[in-house]
Amino acid sequence: MEIDPFIFRLSIFILSVFIGYYVVWSVTPSLHTPLMSVTNAISSVIIVGAIIAGLAGNSESIFNTSSIFGFLAISLAAVNIFGGFLVTQRMLAMYKKKKKDK
Amino acid sequence: MISVNLSAVFYLISGVLFILALRGLSSPETSRQGNFFGILGMVIAITVTFLSIGNFSSGFVYVLIFLLIGGLIGAFIAYKIPMTAMPELVAGFHSLVGLAAVFVAISAFLNPEAFNLGYPGDIKLGSLIEMSIGAAVGAITFSGSIIAFLKLQGIMSGSPITFKGQHPLNALMLISIVVVTYFLCSTQSSNLFWILLSISFLIGFLLIIPIGGADMPVVISMLNSYSGWAAAGIGFTLENTALIITGALVGSSGAILSYIMCKGMNRSFFNVILGGFGATEQSASSSNKEQKPVKSGNAEDAAFLMKNASSVIIVPGYGMAVAQAQHALREMVDTLKKNDIKVSYAIHPVAGRMPGHMNVLLAEANVPYDEVFELEEINNDFANADVAFVIGANDVTNPVAKTDPQSPIYGMPVLDVEKCKSVLFVKRSLSPGYAGIDNDLFYRENTLMLFADAKKMTEDITKNL
Repeated sequence: MEIDPFIFRLSIFILSVFIGYYVVWSVTPSLHTPLMSVTNAISSVIIVGAIIAGLAGNSESIFNTSSIFGFLAISLAAVNIFGGFLVTQRMLAMYKKKKKDK
Repeated sequence: MISVNLSAVFYLISGVLFILALRGLSSPETSRQGNFFGILGMVIAITVTFLSIGNFSSGFVYVLIFLLIGGLIGAFIAYKIPMTAMPELVAGFHSLVGLAAVFVAISAFLNPEAFNLGYPGDIKLGSLIEMSIGAAVGAITFSGSIIAFLKLQGIMSGSPITFKGQHPLNALMLISIVVVTYFLCSTQSSNLFWILLSISFLIGFLLIIPIGGADMPVVISMLNSYSGWAAAGIGFTLENTALIITGALVGSSGAILSYIMCKGMNRSFFNVILGGFGATEQSASSSNKEQKPVKSGNAEDAAFLMKNASSVIIVPGYGMAVAQAQHALREMVDTLKKNDIKVSYAIHPVAGRMPGHMNVLLAEANVPYDEVFELEEINNDFANADVAFVIGANDVTNPVAKTDPQSPIYGMPVLDVEKCKSVLFVKRSLSPGYAGIDNDLFYRENTLMLFADAKKMTEDITKNL
Protein backbone atom coordinates (compact mmCIF):
# COMPACT_ATOMS: atom_id res chain seq x y z
CA MET A 1 0.00 0.00 0.00
CA GLU A 2 1.19 3.51 -0.81
CA ILE A 3 1.62 6.12 1.87
CA ASP A 4 -0.66 9.09 1.41
CA PRO A 5 1.41 12.15 0.33
CA PHE A 6 -0.35 14.07 3.09
CA ILE A 7 1.67 12.06 5.61
CA PHE A 8 4.89 13.23 3.98
CA ARG A 9 3.78 16.83 4.16
CA LEU A 10 2.75 16.34 7.76
CA SER A 11 6.21 14.94 8.50
CA ILE A 12 7.85 17.98 6.93
CA PHE A 13 5.56 20.20 8.96
CA ILE A 14 6.23 18.52 12.31
CA LEU A 15 9.99 18.42 11.76
CA SER A 16 9.94 22.09 10.76
CA VAL A 17 8.15 22.98 13.99
CA PHE A 18 11.02 21.36 15.86
CA ILE A 19 13.64 23.09 13.73
CA GLY A 20 11.85 26.36 14.36
CA TYR A 21 11.78 25.65 18.08
CA TYR A 22 15.53 25.12 18.36
CA VAL A 23 16.52 27.83 15.91
CA VAL A 24 14.38 30.47 17.56
CA TRP A 25 15.63 29.67 21.06
CA SER A 26 19.13 30.41 19.81
CA VAL A 27 18.11 33.88 18.61
CA THR A 28 19.62 36.49 20.89
CA PRO A 29 16.93 38.46 22.78
CA SER A 30 18.28 41.77 21.52
CA LEU A 31 17.28 40.71 17.99
CA HIS A 32 13.71 39.72 18.82
CA THR A 33 12.22 42.67 16.95
CA PRO A 34 14.11 41.90 13.71
CA LEU A 35 13.09 38.26 14.25
CA MET A 36 9.45 39.30 14.17
CA SER A 37 9.82 41.44 11.09
CA VAL A 38 11.76 38.77 9.20
CA THR A 39 9.31 36.00 10.10
CA ASN A 40 6.67 38.34 8.82
CA ALA A 41 8.48 38.71 5.54
CA ILE A 42 9.08 35.02 5.02
CA SER A 43 5.54 34.00 5.92
CA SER A 44 4.53 36.09 2.92
CA VAL A 45 5.85 33.27 0.77
CA ILE A 46 2.10 32.69 0.65
CA ILE A 47 2.46 34.88 -2.44
CA VAL A 48 3.21 31.60 -4.23
CA GLY A 49 -0.42 30.61 -3.78
CA ALA A 50 -1.56 34.08 -4.75
CA ILE A 51 0.35 33.94 -8.04
CA ILE A 52 -1.18 30.58 -8.93
CA ALA A 53 -4.61 32.01 -8.11
CA GLY A 54 -4.00 35.15 -10.15
CA LEU A 55 -2.85 33.25 -13.22
CA ALA A 56 -5.72 30.79 -13.04
CA GLY A 57 -8.04 32.89 -15.21
CA ASN A 58 -8.31 31.69 -18.80
CA SER A 59 -6.94 33.72 -21.71
CA GLU A 60 -10.26 35.40 -22.60
CA SER A 61 -11.00 36.63 -19.12
CA ILE A 62 -7.99 37.32 -16.98
CA PHE A 63 -10.16 38.75 -14.28
CA ASN A 64 -12.76 36.58 -12.63
CA THR A 65 -13.76 36.55 -8.98
CA SER A 66 -11.20 33.92 -8.12
CA SER A 67 -8.26 35.55 -9.89
CA ILE A 68 -9.11 39.01 -8.53
CA PHE A 69 -8.71 37.66 -5.00
CA GLY A 70 -5.42 36.19 -6.18
CA PHE A 71 -4.21 39.52 -7.55
CA LEU A 72 -5.19 41.32 -4.34
CA ALA A 73 -3.35 38.72 -2.30
CA ILE A 74 -0.27 39.26 -4.48
CA SER A 75 -0.24 42.95 -3.58
CA LEU A 76 -0.81 42.30 0.13
CA ALA A 77 1.96 39.73 0.29
CA ALA A 78 4.28 41.97 -1.74
CA VAL A 79 3.83 44.81 0.76
CA ASN A 80 4.97 42.39 3.42
CA ILE A 81 7.85 40.89 1.50
CA PHE A 82 9.43 44.18 0.50
CA GLY A 83 8.46 45.98 3.69
CA GLY A 84 9.49 43.11 5.95
CA PHE A 85 12.91 42.43 4.46
CA LEU A 86 13.80 46.09 4.01
CA VAL A 87 12.81 47.14 7.50
CA THR A 88 14.73 44.16 8.91
CA GLN A 89 17.77 45.20 6.93
CA ARG A 90 17.39 48.75 8.17
CA MET A 91 17.24 47.57 11.77
CA LEU A 92 20.12 45.12 11.49
CA ALA A 93 22.34 47.79 9.96
CA MET A 94 21.99 49.75 13.20
CA TYR A 95 23.39 47.05 15.47
CA LYS A 96 27.01 48.00 15.95
CA LYS A 97 29.73 46.83 18.25
CA LYS A 98 31.66 49.12 20.55
CA LYS A 99 34.56 50.79 18.79
CA LYS A 100 37.84 49.64 20.30
CA ASP A 101 39.60 53.03 20.27
CA LYS A 102 37.06 54.72 22.53
CA MET B 1 7.86 25.12 -17.85
CA ILE B 2 9.70 23.01 -15.33
CA SER B 3 8.62 19.69 -13.91
CA VAL B 4 6.65 19.34 -10.71
CA ASN B 5 9.48 17.47 -9.05
CA LEU B 6 12.10 20.05 -9.94
CA SER B 7 9.97 22.89 -8.63
CA ALA B 8 9.37 20.91 -5.41
CA VAL B 9 13.14 20.69 -4.96
CA PHE B 10 13.46 24.43 -5.41
CA TYR B 11 10.67 25.06 -2.88
CA LEU B 12 12.59 22.87 -0.46
CA ILE B 13 15.73 24.94 -1.08
CA SER B 14 13.89 28.14 -0.35
CA GLY B 15 12.50 26.57 2.83
CA VAL B 16 16.05 25.75 3.92
CA LEU B 17 17.16 29.30 3.14
CA PHE B 18 14.39 30.60 5.40
CA ILE B 19 15.69 28.39 8.21
CA LEU B 20 19.15 29.88 7.66
CA ALA B 21 17.63 33.35 7.75
CA LEU B 22 16.37 32.75 11.28
CA ARG B 23 19.56 30.98 12.26
CA GLY B 24 21.53 34.09 11.29
CA LEU B 25 19.74 36.07 13.99
CA SER B 26 21.63 34.22 16.71
CA SER B 27 24.13 37.07 16.70
CA PRO B 28 24.17 40.57 15.22
CA GLU B 29 27.28 39.74 13.16
CA THR B 30 25.62 36.96 11.20
CA SER B 31 22.20 38.56 11.08
CA ARG B 32 22.66 40.61 7.91
CA GLN B 33 23.79 37.53 6.04
CA GLY B 34 20.73 35.76 7.41
CA ASN B 35 18.45 38.42 6.00
CA PHE B 36 20.12 37.97 2.63
CA PHE B 37 19.37 34.23 2.74
CA GLY B 38 15.76 35.08 3.43
CA ILE B 39 15.56 37.38 0.41
CA LEU B 40 17.25 34.74 -1.75
CA GLY B 41 14.76 32.11 -0.59
CA MET B 42 11.87 34.40 -1.49
CA VAL B 43 13.28 35.16 -4.96
CA ILE B 44 13.72 31.45 -5.65
CA ALA B 45 10.17 30.63 -4.50
CA ILE B 46 8.59 33.33 -6.66
CA THR B 47 10.70 32.55 -9.74
CA VAL B 48 9.97 28.84 -9.52
CA THR B 49 6.25 29.54 -9.25
CA PHE B 50 6.35 31.55 -12.47
CA LEU B 51 8.39 28.89 -14.24
CA SER B 52 6.19 26.03 -13.09
CA ILE B 53 3.03 27.72 -14.35
CA GLY B 54 4.76 28.62 -17.59
CA ASN B 55 1.93 30.95 -18.52
CA PHE B 56 3.56 34.15 -19.69
CA SER B 57 0.39 35.56 -21.24
CA SER B 58 -1.17 38.88 -20.35
CA GLY B 59 -2.09 37.54 -16.90
CA PHE B 60 1.60 37.44 -16.13
CA VAL B 61 1.88 41.17 -16.75
CA TYR B 62 -0.89 41.80 -14.25
CA VAL B 63 0.89 39.66 -11.68
CA LEU B 64 3.96 41.82 -12.09
CA ILE B 65 1.91 45.01 -11.85
CA PHE B 66 0.24 43.93 -8.60
CA LEU B 67 3.55 42.72 -7.26
CA LEU B 68 5.14 46.04 -8.05
CA ILE B 69 2.32 48.07 -6.48
CA GLY B 70 2.58 46.09 -3.25
CA GLY B 71 6.36 46.15 -3.35
CA LEU B 72 6.53 49.90 -3.75
CA ILE B 73 4.12 50.48 -0.89
CA GLY B 74 6.10 48.07 1.30
CA ALA B 75 9.44 49.64 0.44
CA PHE B 76 8.08 53.12 1.05
CA ILE B 77 6.76 52.13 4.48
CA ALA B 78 10.01 50.36 5.39
CA TYR B 79 12.07 53.46 4.71
CA LYS B 80 9.71 55.97 6.29
CA ILE B 81 8.71 54.22 9.48
CA PRO B 82 10.32 55.58 12.67
CA MET B 83 11.84 52.90 14.89
CA THR B 84 9.54 53.84 17.76
CA ALA B 85 6.61 52.73 15.59
CA MET B 86 7.95 49.20 15.05
CA PRO B 87 5.20 47.49 17.10
CA GLU B 88 2.46 49.12 15.02
CA LEU B 89 4.26 48.23 11.82
CA VAL B 90 4.65 44.58 12.76
CA ALA B 91 1.01 44.36 13.84
CA GLY B 92 -0.02 45.91 10.53
CA PHE B 93 2.12 43.49 8.57
CA HIS B 94 0.62 40.54 10.43
CA SER B 95 -2.82 41.65 9.39
CA LEU B 96 -1.70 41.63 5.75
CA VAL B 97 -0.37 38.07 5.98
CA GLY B 98 -3.67 37.02 7.53
CA LEU B 99 -5.72 38.72 4.83
CA ALA B 100 -3.54 37.31 2.05
CA ALA B 101 -4.10 33.82 3.48
CA VAL B 102 -7.86 34.45 3.48
CA PHE B 103 -7.80 35.69 -0.11
CA VAL B 104 -5.79 32.72 -1.34
CA ALA B 105 -8.21 30.40 0.45
CA ILE B 106 -11.22 32.15 -1.13
CA SER B 107 -9.61 31.94 -4.52
CA ALA B 108 -8.88 28.25 -4.08
CA PHE B 109 -12.42 27.63 -2.91
CA LEU B 110 -13.94 29.39 -5.92
CA ASN B 111 -11.58 27.91 -8.48
CA PRO B 112 -10.22 24.62 -7.11
CA GLU B 113 -9.25 23.36 -10.59
CA ALA B 114 -6.40 25.88 -10.75
CA PHE B 115 -4.85 24.27 -7.68
CA ASN B 116 -5.66 20.65 -8.61
CA LEU B 117 -8.01 20.34 -5.67
CA GLY B 118 -11.07 19.04 -7.48
CA TYR B 119 -14.06 20.97 -8.82
CA PRO B 120 -16.35 23.63 -7.33
CA GLY B 121 -18.83 21.84 -5.14
CA ASP B 122 -16.63 18.75 -5.17
CA ILE B 123 -13.38 19.75 -3.51
CA LYS B 124 -11.23 16.99 -2.07
CA LEU B 125 -12.12 16.55 1.59
CA GLY B 126 -8.56 16.89 2.91
CA SER B 127 -7.96 20.05 0.90
CA LEU B 128 -11.22 21.56 2.06
CA ILE B 129 -10.33 20.97 5.69
CA GLU B 130 -6.84 22.44 5.22
CA MET B 131 -8.32 25.38 3.33
CA SER B 132 -10.87 26.06 6.08
CA ILE B 133 -8.20 25.98 8.76
CA GLY B 134 -5.96 28.32 6.77
CA ALA B 135 -8.83 30.70 6.07
CA ALA B 136 -10.14 30.71 9.65
CA VAL B 137 -6.73 31.26 11.24
CA GLY B 138 -5.91 33.88 8.60
CA ALA B 139 -9.13 35.74 9.34
CA ILE B 140 -8.48 35.66 13.09
CA THR B 141 -4.95 36.95 12.47
CA PHE B 142 -6.28 39.73 10.29
CA SER B 143 -8.94 41.16 12.58
CA GLY B 144 -6.87 40.56 15.72
CA SER B 145 -3.90 42.40 14.23
CA ILE B 146 -6.08 45.29 13.15
CA ILE B 147 -7.26 45.74 16.74
CA ALA B 148 -3.69 45.41 18.03
CA PHE B 149 -2.60 48.00 15.47
CA LEU B 150 -5.36 50.43 16.48
CA LYS B 151 -4.50 50.02 20.16
CA LEU B 152 -0.78 50.53 19.58
CA GLN B 153 -1.38 53.49 17.32
CA GLY B 154 -3.54 55.05 20.03
CA ILE B 155 -6.58 55.28 17.74
CA MET B 156 -8.31 52.86 20.07
CA SER B 157 -7.92 53.11 23.84
CA GLY B 158 -5.22 50.81 25.19
CA SER B 159 -7.31 49.93 28.21
CA PRO B 160 -8.97 46.54 28.20
CA ILE B 161 -12.56 46.40 26.98
CA THR B 162 -14.49 43.78 28.88
CA PHE B 163 -18.15 42.93 29.10
CA LYS B 164 -20.27 40.34 30.80
CA GLY B 165 -20.39 36.94 29.18
CA GLN B 166 -17.30 37.63 27.12
CA HIS B 167 -15.58 34.31 27.76
CA PRO B 168 -18.67 32.13 27.19
CA LEU B 169 -19.29 34.07 23.96
CA ASN B 170 -15.73 33.46 22.73
CA ALA B 171 -15.96 29.79 23.64
CA LEU B 172 -19.29 29.52 21.82
CA MET B 173 -17.82 31.07 18.70
CA LEU B 174 -14.79 28.78 18.74
CA ILE B 175 -17.11 25.79 18.95
CA SER B 176 -19.24 27.17 16.13
CA ILE B 177 -16.13 27.40 13.93
CA VAL B 178 -15.61 23.67 14.35
CA VAL B 179 -19.28 22.93 13.71
CA VAL B 180 -19.45 25.13 10.60
CA THR B 181 -16.25 23.55 9.24
CA TYR B 182 -17.80 20.13 9.73
CA PHE B 183 -20.94 21.03 7.80
CA LEU B 184 -18.92 22.87 5.17
CA CYS B 185 -17.00 19.68 4.49
CA SER B 186 -20.10 17.54 4.28
CA THR B 187 -22.19 19.91 2.11
CA GLN B 188 -19.51 21.91 0.23
CA SER B 189 -21.88 24.87 0.51
CA SER B 190 -20.25 28.20 -0.31
CA ASN B 191 -22.59 29.99 2.10
CA LEU B 192 -21.06 28.06 4.95
CA PHE B 193 -17.62 29.06 3.75
CA TRP B 194 -18.56 32.75 4.02
CA ILE B 195 -20.14 32.17 7.43
CA LEU B 196 -16.94 30.50 8.58
CA LEU B 197 -14.93 33.51 7.46
CA SER B 198 -17.29 35.97 9.17
CA ILE B 199 -17.19 34.13 12.48
CA SER B 200 -13.41 33.98 12.29
CA PHE B 201 -13.10 37.71 11.61
CA LEU B 202 -15.38 38.40 14.55
CA ILE B 203 -13.52 36.13 16.94
CA GLY B 204 -10.17 37.74 16.15
CA PHE B 205 -11.71 41.06 17.05
CA LEU B 206 -13.27 39.76 20.28
CA LEU B 207 -10.09 38.01 21.36
CA ILE B 208 -7.94 41.13 21.30
CA ILE B 209 -10.24 43.87 22.63
CA PRO B 210 -10.05 42.71 26.28
CA ILE B 211 -6.24 42.80 26.28
CA GLY B 212 -4.57 45.91 27.67
CA GLY B 213 -1.91 48.03 26.01
CA ALA B 214 0.97 46.80 28.13
CA ASP B 215 0.21 43.18 27.29
CA MET B 216 0.85 43.97 23.66
CA PRO B 217 4.21 42.15 23.58
CA VAL B 218 2.31 38.90 24.16
CA VAL B 219 -0.43 39.79 21.68
CA ILE B 220 1.97 40.68 18.90
CA SER B 221 3.97 37.49 19.42
CA MET B 222 0.79 35.47 19.46
CA LEU B 223 -0.48 37.00 16.23
CA ASN B 224 2.96 36.37 14.73
CA SER B 225 2.45 32.74 15.59
CA TYR B 226 -1.08 32.68 14.11
CA SER B 227 0.11 34.19 10.84
CA GLY B 228 2.55 31.28 10.61
CA TRP B 229 -0.11 28.63 11.25
CA ALA B 230 -2.36 30.28 8.65
CA ALA B 231 0.46 30.11 6.10
CA ALA B 232 1.08 26.46 6.98
CA GLY B 233 -2.63 25.67 6.51
CA ILE B 234 -2.55 27.20 3.03
CA GLY B 235 0.74 25.37 2.41
CA PHE B 236 -1.00 22.05 3.00
CA THR B 237 -3.79 23.04 0.63
CA LEU B 238 -1.36 23.99 -2.11
CA GLU B 239 0.93 21.05 -1.33
CA ASN B 240 3.81 23.51 -1.20
CA THR B 241 6.86 22.59 0.88
CA ALA B 242 8.25 26.13 1.14
CA LEU B 243 4.98 27.35 2.60
CA ILE B 244 4.66 24.43 5.02
CA ILE B 245 8.22 24.85 6.32
CA THR B 246 7.88 28.61 6.65
CA GLY B 247 4.51 28.38 8.33
CA ALA B 248 5.90 25.95 10.90
CA LEU B 249 8.97 28.12 11.53
CA VAL B 250 6.96 31.30 11.98
CA GLY B 251 4.33 29.54 14.04
CA SER B 252 6.82 28.16 16.52
CA SER B 253 8.81 31.39 16.55
CA GLY B 254 5.77 33.39 17.59
CA ALA B 255 4.82 30.79 20.18
CA ILE B 256 8.27 30.92 21.76
CA LEU B 257 8.23 34.72 21.87
CA SER B 258 4.80 34.66 23.55
CA TYR B 259 6.17 32.22 26.10
CA ILE B 260 9.21 34.41 26.81
CA MET B 261 7.00 37.48 27.20
CA CYS B 262 4.59 35.70 29.55
CA LYS B 263 7.50 34.47 31.65
CA GLY B 264 8.82 38.04 31.79
CA MET B 265 5.55 39.01 33.47
CA ASN B 266 5.20 35.80 35.48
CA ARG B 267 1.76 35.27 34.03
CA SER B 268 0.30 32.31 32.28
CA PHE B 269 -0.58 32.60 28.62
CA PHE B 270 -4.28 32.12 29.35
CA ASN B 271 -4.21 34.76 32.03
CA VAL B 272 -3.01 37.29 29.45
CA ILE B 273 -5.40 36.14 26.74
CA LEU B 274 -8.42 36.24 29.02
CA GLY B 275 -7.44 39.82 29.62
CA GLY B 276 -8.75 42.58 31.82
CA PHE B 277 -5.56 42.87 33.86
CA GLY B 278 -5.08 46.04 35.89
CA ALA B 279 -8.61 47.29 35.48
CA THR B 280 -9.61 46.73 39.11
CA GLU B 281 -6.65 47.29 41.41
CA GLN B 282 -6.01 50.97 40.72
CA SER B 283 -8.53 52.87 42.82
CA ALA B 284 -7.84 51.00 46.04
CA SER B 285 -4.10 51.53 46.17
CA SER B 286 -3.70 55.09 44.96
CA SER B 287 -5.80 56.86 47.56
CA ASN B 288 -3.97 55.94 50.75
CA LYS B 289 -0.40 56.00 49.54
CA GLU B 290 -0.17 59.45 48.05
CA GLN B 291 0.72 60.96 51.40
CA LYS B 292 4.10 59.29 51.65
CA PRO B 293 7.10 61.59 51.38
CA VAL B 294 8.90 61.60 48.07
CA LYS B 295 12.27 63.14 47.35
CA SER B 296 12.21 64.97 44.10
CA GLY B 297 15.06 66.74 42.40
CA ASN B 298 16.04 68.57 39.27
CA ALA B 299 18.53 68.06 36.49
CA GLU B 300 21.32 69.67 38.46
CA ASP B 301 20.98 67.21 41.35
CA ALA B 302 20.91 64.31 38.94
CA ALA B 303 24.00 65.56 37.11
CA PHE B 304 25.81 65.98 40.42
CA LEU B 305 25.03 62.41 41.47
CA MET B 306 26.12 60.97 38.17
CA LYS B 307 29.30 62.99 37.94
CA ASN B 308 30.45 61.55 41.24
CA ALA B 309 29.53 58.00 40.30
CA SER B 310 31.94 55.49 38.86
CA SER B 311 29.34 53.25 37.30
CA VAL B 312 25.83 53.97 36.05
CA ILE B 313 23.19 51.51 34.85
CA ILE B 314 20.42 52.77 32.61
CA VAL B 315 17.00 51.13 32.71
CA PRO B 316 14.92 52.16 29.71
CA GLY B 317 11.21 51.45 29.30
CA TYR B 318 8.25 52.25 27.13
CA GLY B 319 8.25 55.86 28.36
CA MET B 320 11.59 56.40 26.65
CA ALA B 321 10.05 55.32 23.35
CA VAL B 322 7.04 57.58 23.83
CA ALA B 323 9.25 60.59 24.58
CA GLN B 324 11.65 59.64 21.74
CA ALA B 325 14.43 60.13 24.27
CA GLN B 326 16.87 57.48 22.99
CA HIS B 327 19.12 59.94 21.14
CA ALA B 328 19.21 62.40 24.02
CA LEU B 329 19.98 59.50 26.31
CA ARG B 330 22.93 58.39 24.23
CA GLU B 331 24.32 61.94 24.24
CA MET B 332 24.08 61.97 28.01
CA VAL B 333 25.90 58.65 28.16
CA ASP B 334 28.63 59.94 25.83
CA THR B 335 29.26 62.80 28.23
CA LEU B 336 29.37 60.40 31.16
CA LYS B 337 31.85 58.19 29.35
CA LYS B 338 34.10 61.16 28.71
CA ASN B 339 34.27 61.54 32.48
CA ASP B 340 35.41 57.91 32.76
CA ILE B 341 32.15 56.67 34.16
CA LYS B 342 31.21 53.10 33.26
CA VAL B 343 27.75 52.92 31.71
CA SER B 344 25.65 49.89 30.81
CA TYR B 345 22.02 49.36 29.88
CA ALA B 346 19.66 46.88 31.53
CA ILE B 347 16.69 45.64 29.52
CA HIS B 348 13.76 43.81 31.01
CA PRO B 349 12.18 41.18 28.72
CA VAL B 350 8.84 43.00 28.58
CA ALA B 351 10.17 46.56 28.37
CA GLY B 352 8.39 48.32 25.53
CA ARG B 353 5.51 47.15 23.43
CA MET B 354 7.10 44.23 21.59
CA PRO B 355 9.94 41.76 22.15
CA GLY B 356 13.32 43.47 21.70
CA HIS B 357 11.75 46.91 21.26
CA MET B 358 14.24 48.71 23.52
CA ASN B 359 17.24 47.06 21.87
CA VAL B 360 16.22 48.38 18.48
CA LEU B 361 15.70 51.90 19.81
CA LEU B 362 19.09 51.91 21.50
CA ALA B 363 20.72 50.50 18.37
CA GLU B 364 19.06 53.30 16.40
CA ALA B 365 20.67 55.82 18.74
CA ASN B 366 24.06 54.22 18.03
CA VAL B 367 24.40 52.49 21.35
CA PRO B 368 26.79 49.54 20.80
CA TYR B 369 24.92 46.30 21.43
CA ASP B 370 27.65 44.95 23.71
CA GLU B 371 26.78 47.63 26.27
CA VAL B 372 23.18 46.42 26.43
CA PHE B 373 22.38 43.56 28.80
CA GLU B 374 19.44 41.29 29.51
CA LEU B 375 17.93 40.97 32.96
CA GLU B 376 19.80 37.81 34.02
CA GLU B 377 23.11 39.12 32.75
CA ILE B 378 23.08 42.37 34.68
CA ASN B 379 20.85 41.94 37.70
CA ASN B 380 23.74 41.19 40.07
CA ASP B 381 25.60 44.32 38.99
CA PHE B 382 23.08 46.72 40.51
CA ALA B 383 24.51 46.09 43.97
CA ASN B 384 27.91 47.37 42.83
CA ALA B 385 26.65 50.28 40.74
CA ASP B 386 26.47 53.83 42.03
CA VAL B 387 23.52 55.14 40.10
CA ALA B 388 20.55 53.49 38.40
CA PHE B 389 18.92 55.79 35.87
CA VAL B 390 15.35 54.60 35.28
CA ILE B 391 13.89 56.26 32.23
CA GLY B 392 10.33 55.42 31.24
CA ALA B 393 10.20 52.08 33.05
CA ASN B 394 8.14 51.42 36.15
CA ASP B 395 6.63 48.05 37.05
CA VAL B 396 9.72 46.15 35.92
CA THR B 397 11.67 47.79 38.76
CA ASN B 398 9.06 47.39 41.48
CA PRO B 399 10.60 45.57 44.47
CA VAL B 400 7.10 44.63 45.62
CA ALA B 401 7.25 41.78 43.10
CA LYS B 402 9.83 40.14 45.34
CA THR B 403 8.35 40.91 48.74
CA ASP B 404 4.56 41.08 48.71
CA PRO B 405 2.71 37.88 47.84
CA GLN B 406 -0.54 39.90 47.75
CA SER B 407 0.67 42.03 44.89
CA PRO B 408 -0.65 41.24 41.40
CA ILE B 409 2.87 41.31 40.04
CA TYR B 410 4.33 39.08 42.77
CA GLY B 411 6.83 36.64 41.30
CA MET B 412 7.49 38.67 38.20
CA PRO B 413 11.23 38.92 37.55
CA VAL B 414 12.29 42.53 38.24
CA LEU B 415 15.46 44.53 37.89
CA ASP B 416 17.06 45.03 41.32
CA VAL B 417 17.55 48.77 40.92
CA GLU B 418 16.94 49.43 44.61
CA LYS B 419 20.30 47.81 45.40
CA CYS B 420 22.11 50.70 43.74
CA LYS B 421 23.54 53.42 45.96
CA SER B 422 21.14 55.87 44.42
CA VAL B 423 18.26 55.61 42.01
CA LEU B 424 17.24 58.36 39.62
CA PHE B 425 13.71 57.90 38.41
CA VAL B 426 12.59 59.96 35.43
CA LYS B 427 8.82 60.05 35.32
CA ARG B 428 6.14 62.54 34.54
CA SER B 429 4.12 61.98 37.69
CA LEU B 430 3.69 59.57 40.57
CA SER B 431 0.92 57.73 38.75
CA PRO B 432 1.16 53.95 38.88
CA GLY B 433 2.19 51.85 35.90
CA TYR B 434 -0.04 49.62 33.83
CA ALA B 435 -0.42 47.07 36.60
CA GLY B 436 -2.17 49.80 38.55
CA ILE B 437 0.05 49.33 41.57
CA ASP B 438 2.17 51.81 43.41
CA ASN B 439 5.91 51.49 43.03
CA ASP B 440 7.54 51.21 46.44
CA LEU B 441 10.75 52.48 44.91
CA PHE B 442 9.42 56.05 44.69
CA TYR B 443 9.46 56.41 48.46
CA ARG B 444 12.84 54.88 49.20
CA GLU B 445 15.54 56.85 50.96
CA ASN B 446 17.98 56.45 48.06
CA THR B 447 15.53 57.38 45.31
CA LEU B 448 15.45 60.77 43.67
CA MET B 449 12.39 61.42 41.51
CA LEU B 450 12.91 63.59 38.45
CA PHE B 451 9.49 64.78 37.37
CA ALA B 452 9.72 65.79 33.73
CA ASP B 453 9.45 64.64 30.18
CA ALA B 454 12.12 61.98 29.64
CA LYS B 455 13.71 63.66 26.66
CA LYS B 456 13.81 67.14 28.18
CA MET B 457 15.18 65.88 31.50
CA THR B 458 17.93 63.92 29.79
CA GLU B 459 18.96 66.94 27.76
CA ASP B 460 19.00 69.12 30.87
CA ILE B 461 21.17 66.65 32.71
CA THR B 462 23.64 66.60 29.82
CA LYS B 463 23.89 70.39 30.00
CA ASN B 464 24.67 70.19 33.70
CA LEU B 465 27.29 67.52 33.45
